[in-house]
Amino acid sequence: MSFLSVLNQYAWEEIHREIQSVYPWAVPRVLRKDPPISLQDLKVLLSPACRPYLPELVYRSQQITRQRFGDTIHLFIPIYLSNECHNICTYCGFSLTNRSIRRITLTPKQIEAEARAVRQMGFEHVLIVTGEAWTVVHPEYLRQALRILKKYFVHVSVEVQPLQEEHYRMLRSEGLHAVVLYQETYSQEVYRQYHLKGRKRNFAFRIETPERAGRAGIRKFGLGILLGLTEEWQTDSWFLALHLDYLRRHFWRMFFSVAFPRLRPAEGFATPAKVVSDLEYVQLLSAFRLFDPDLEIVLSTRERPQFRDFLFTVGVTTISAGSRTEPGAYALHTHALRQFEIADNRSPQEIIRVLQQKNLQPVWKDWEPALV
Amino acid sequence: MSNRHTNPDQTPAVTPQATLPATEEDPLIIGGRRFRSRLWIGTGKFGDHQIMREAILAAEADVVTIALRRLEHTDVARDPFLPYLQDIPDLLIVPNTSGAQTAEEAILLAELGAALVGHQWVKLEIHPNPRNLMPDPIETLKAAEQLVKKGFQVLPYVHADPVLCKRLEEIGCPAVMPLAAPIGTNRGLELRYLLEFIIQESRVPVIIDAGLGAPSHAAQAMEMGADAVLVNTAIATAGDPVQMARAFREAVLAGRRAWHAGLPASGPPSPTSPIEEIRAFLSTLEEEANQEAH
Repeated sequence: MSFLSVLNQYAWEEIHREIQSVYPWAVPRVLRKDPPISLQDLKVLLSPACRPYLPELVYRSQQITRQRFGDTIHLFIPIYLSNECHNICTYCGFSLTNRSIRRITLTPKQIEAEARAVRQMGFEHVLIVTGEAWTVVHPEYLRQALRILKKYFVHVSVEVQPLQEEHYRMLRSEGLHAVVLYQETYSQEVYRQYHLKGRKRNFAFRIETPERAGRAGIRKFGLGILLGLTEEWQTDSWFLALHLDYLRRHFWRMFFSVAFPRLRPAEGFATPAKVVSDLEYVQLLSAFRLFDPDLEIVLSTRERPQFRDFLFTVGVTTISAGSRTEPGAYALHTHALRQFEIADNRSPQEIIRVLQQKNLQPVWKDWEPALV
Repeated sequence: MSNRHTNPDQTPAVTPQATLPATEEDPLIIGGRRFRSRLWIGTGKFGDHQIMREAILAAEADVVTIALRRLEHTDVARDPFLPYLQDIPDLLIVPNTSGAQTAEEAILLAELGAALVGHQWVKLEIHPNPRNLMPDPIETLKAAEQLVKKGFQVLPYVHADPVLCKRLEEIGCPAVMPLAAPIGTNRGLELRYLLEFIIQESRVPVIIDAGLGAPSHAAQAMEMGADAVLVNTAIATAGDPVQMARAFREAVLAGRRAWHAGLPASGPPSPTSPIEEIRAFLSTLEEEANQEAH
């Protein structure tokens, strides 16, 4: 049974109601449990009733994260290869309707230049990012890009449009390690409201992507939701946990990461349905840590410096630093369109100083490329 | 399960887990077959066939395992054992391959067993070491693979090895039967930590087999989320096997109900000073947010 059929057995409203109606006294009971906690207990920690216990929850998350991952933080950087996109998504700067921008897809030569610049910054793990424009960014283009980037980096992952199993299989044989693809929201109704046109409108094809990647032998998959699309962030993130639970059982060799980007203003686009507050964000990260002590939790530069510095100690394991979200930004200075605004503009060196002050060791390389 | 934590003033919350009916109507489903009871009984070691029969009835078990090597399988009419089991309604008699030391031997015994009982459920046991009866993971995987291809419902008896359990699930075993402690030792959940991994990851029912020496052990296994337990020695060698079978039945029901209800946790309270620091930082975040709002 695919995850979509599992998802369809649940009613969003019921999960929402359950989370909203948790009794306060259920919270300390869950906080004292040995992780991992169950999906049922996760509802308790995501609930409004957990708010008064937030310091205790954060403390538990810190303890578990340090126990499992040690005093380390992994570093990566996104490399945007293209901002061309045939989708209309009302929150995204790459949306087809955004006429104010310069569209660009890097040539092999340009990719090589970017790779050199990024390697100079010290990075070993990179994430390829593109929009969804099949005429230019097709599996063959990605194969070429991968071949170039693999000369410079030990670990390359992609955050591109969902592909077919055979494409993942081909890219894996070229050394692709991980696929990142956020569902954005698990509410099919809300999904339709934001994704007006293009292939991305197909909720089912997107949600079954981890299963195709898993069958193709991709080693790691990054899941996520875009916080702010629905007002009910607790419910949305609970469904993400349900997805994770399904995938861990069906693809038990696979490693998983999650990210919870908060919707930020892109060039003249939809305002969030709900602004998830800092405290809610902290609650969400910490609750997920108790749900899965081994989970890689990724934090981007969308968040502002002071808040990021705090989150480094809360449950986050993997961060980007010095990121730019326009293609060709590191070497070519294209001034092409950005996908979203960066809030933390500090250089990797500055971030490393912060980590060291917090007794956290930055990890640049954590993969052996001979293994794929 | 969640109803305990939620406000009764709201419409009752419903999730698949929450809607599970009372324990008595909470069937165990393996390979498409429904089982009423979560207590399975092994039939070795009983001093008397009639007592064995009464113990099975007292346990209200609907699965028993039986070593093929104990049976007069070439001439069933002469077998002294089967008549005590055959007229118990809805009882599934599952032959086991105990005695086999290799995959080939186990397959042979499984086929003989199937011919005898008229179905293809088999408990796969391969223990080449006759002293501690540790199961051989490599031969077990090999035999399971071939038996599944032949259409058997293979219930493999294995170490509490999470990877092996996943491999067996992948090749089509409808359940796995990891041991809690070495067979016949009555030591209880010695391998609890690993069994928890197996339960967390499994897509097929996990039946904890071997080593459960007291009803409290069985209750603990069910509390941690096992789907069923198999007990033999602790019942067969008890002072009163029939009473002990009943005690196990009650323990399994209690453990299952506790699992549904959601166990409270124990553990040390958290220290205050780091938590106070966190609280202070969180309140600065909150103040910032309030200022922005104004």
